Amino acid sequence: MTEPHPSPQELDARARQLLDQLTRDGRELKPKERLAIPAQEMPSQDPALRRRNITEVALGYTEAQARLEALRCLQCKNKPCVAGCPVAIDIPAFVQAIAAGDFAQAVAIIKRNSLLPAVCGRVCPQETQCQEPCTVGKALKDPARSVSIGRLERFVADWERERGEIVTPAVKPPTGRRVAVIGSGPASLVVAADVRREGHAVTVYEAFHKFGGVMLYGIPEFRLAKAIVRTEVETLRRMGVELIPNFVVGRTRKLRDLMAKDGYDAVFIGTGAGLPKFMHIPGENLVGVFSANEYLTRANLMRAYDKGRAATPIYSSRKVAVLGGGNVAMDSARTAVRLGAEEVHLIYRRTEKEMPARIEEVEHAKEEGVIFHLLQNAKGVLGDEHGRVRAIEVLRYELGEPDSSGRRRPVEVKGSEFIMELDTVVVAIGNDSNPLIKQTTPGLETNQWGNIITGEDGQTSIPRVFAGGDIVLGAATVILAMGQGRRAAAAINRMLAADTQDAKP
Amino acid sequence: MNAVLHKEQLSQDVFLMRLRAPLIAEERRAGQFVILSVDEEFGERIPLTIADADVGEGSITIIFQRVGQTTDALAGLEPGDSVAAVLGPLGTPTHIENFGTAVCLGGGIGIAPLFPIVQALKQAGNRLTVILGARTKGLVILEERMRGLADELIVCTDDGSYGRKALVTEPLKECCQRTPKPDLAVAIGPPLMMKFCAEATRPFGVKTVVSLNTIMVDGTGMCGGCRITVGGKTKFVCVDGPEFDGHQVDFAELVNRLSAYRPQEKDAHDRWHRDHQCRLDTHQRT
Repeated sequence: MTEPHPSPQELDARARQLLDQLTRDGRELKPKERLAIPAQEMPSQDPALRRRNITEVALGYTEAQARLEALRCLQCKNKPCVAGCPVAIDIPAFVQAIAAGDFAQAVAIIKRNSLLPAVCGRVCPQETQCQEPCTVGKALKDPARSVSIGRLERFVADWERERGEIVTPAVKPPTGRRVAVIGSGPASLVVAADVRREGHAVTVYEAFHKFGGVMLYGIPEFRLAKAIVRTEVETLRRMGVELIPNFVVGRTRKLRDLMAKDGYDAVFIGTGAGLPKFMHIPGENLVGVFSANEYLTRANLMRAYDKGRAATPIYSSRKVAVLGGGNVAMDSARTAVRLGAEEVHLIYRRTEKEMPARIEEVEHAKEEGVIFHLLQNAKGVLGDEHGRVRAIEVLRYELGEPDSSGRRRPVEVKGSEFIMELDTVVVAIGNDSNPLIKQTTPGLETNQWGNIITGEDGQTSIPRVFAGGDIVLGAATVILAMGQGRRAAAAINRMLAADTQDAKP
Repeated sequence: MNAVLHKEQLSQDVFLMRLRAPLIAEERRAGQFVILSVDEEFGERIPLTIADADVGEGSITIIFQRVGQTTDALAGLEPGDSVAAVLGPLGTPTHIENFGTAVCLGGGIGIAPLFPIVQALKQAGNRLTVILGARTKGLVILEERMRGLADELIVCTDDGSYGRKALVTEPLKECCQRTPKPDLAVAIGPPLMMKFCAEATRPFGVKTVVSLNTIMVDGTGMCGGCRITVGGKTKFVCVDGPEFDGHQVDFAELVNRLSAYRPQEKDAHDRWHRDHQCRLDTHQRT
């Protein structure tokens, strides 16, 4: 952490020099030479500067860096990386296209399987997906030195967007069939696109005033620029998908009425896991305690960080505690830093090894000055005479025997309580599925956690109603939601094709 | 975009508006609300009760008091203008049935959310006493429309400028002392008024419904900004409410949570006034 922060120019100059050497004589590189290429570091904003702004931290590879990184790929015949990708992108093929400098071809290969490469390249946990089984990482005995597939995916997606020549996927002639998609997060966007491509009319209903779900209200601008989400949504619009904001299915219209009154032939539910979990500890309703959902929605969707222009206020904090160890906790802590808090403490009851957050996000949070408290957990929140947070009571934990999940269970250390003075607490311990559709749709079967029960292809207990993403999985990842959306869309398309067959004399 | 169809000033700071919102008009039930925003990019989302609806016209009625930046901007809209976003109907509808005798209390701007409930209770065949309270005469709203529905109407003002010089809890107690006592009380207004109404009915065992006006962001249950303790349990007002058993609500917590953004609200309001003042000045100069 004491090394000076390398500038993008430095990283690019180093990459150019090496790329020149390797490609000078135009011959094919030997595996040994490929393995000797240093893994390319992601250029990023200097931590001292980025603590004060909300623009993207990671700046993306330069052309030379991308091509050099792509040259590290061994083009394995068995393609272990593809098996690690939930939507099975042909990774060696697109990486090879990048190495050859044919970025348009690389984008085209990715888009056969994924519609949101600029998003997934940024927010997928590649270290546990495509990059985990990468042969290069295995050969170098360091998973962190696997080929950076995510960064390469991001590079070509950005390259395409910045040239302003995004290809609108082709749409088949109208079939007369209509599909309603509820929610506009990643699962829904995939369904909308895949169903629309077959020529069916698609309407997306979104409760918020903007489209994108968690990509908009949850993941902050400094990790995923909102302009990128807007671009992806615009592609759908150009494909002829109808997008309706400020419409909450279950209230503005009951789900069954979409079919009975409005005549949709199928419905996809992609409403996500938007119900915040609280700790159920004393003092949790004091002023100054927020769910991460509220904190991030105010900051991101309502743009409360822009204090001069946004009408939505955000709590003025000097000392903040964020409870949790996932990506949402990192996002909350790093948002608090940017909103001007003097101290931000992250409190997690296990150790760093068990943190569900991406390693990169944990590193970024540390670089930005977030103070980590491991094996600790809040026991209660204490208020002042005005009912505002003044401190939390924290309890220390130690690791005990492994539990059913195989992880060593944190056990409280009796009598280890101590008081931490602060003015804001953000609870980021996870989300449950949003119950609104379930409550207002009799006959829709859910499990004990409120997740909608579906078959393999996303079919729910109600005929012609499909579901996917976090409302089925519980809080998961963007790419898993997309994978589910893809399967559900295929099932919807099969069903509608069969309808059309039946309708013919 | 939801067009403003009609605007009427009910008192110095209270406005009634009919907005075009055909789907909401069709689906809404008494007790439900909308979240609206006057600016898509930088506006905030505020909750307002649906005071009435006209399915034929495809409109809903909102009644609001000018208290800060957003309600100020809303009050500045005229027929022909549009509200950027209206989401609804939200919240669990009021439980309506023929209870027998009901006493309905509205305090100040709380008279607006009370109106559709009075309407629905009347329709269900209840005998209704309606008690309207306000600081002063000019702040009593919807009196004539309430008179059309109530079997008995009592108006109170704090300063005695109109009706009885009393707090609404006085006639409420008198109602509870009657035989038979009311089967239901509904009280909507400032938190302290609802609290004292609940305290007034508690000794008589008259079930008292209150409608809580917490801070909200999304209004669909995904943030918990509106959470409140009822009967020792945390509830989300936007989904589980806004109506709860007044005898179970932690009013001290409600009052406290409403004050969370007081300083920022004041800053925003001052800024809005300054900006609009500047613009007015510019207009006058040119």
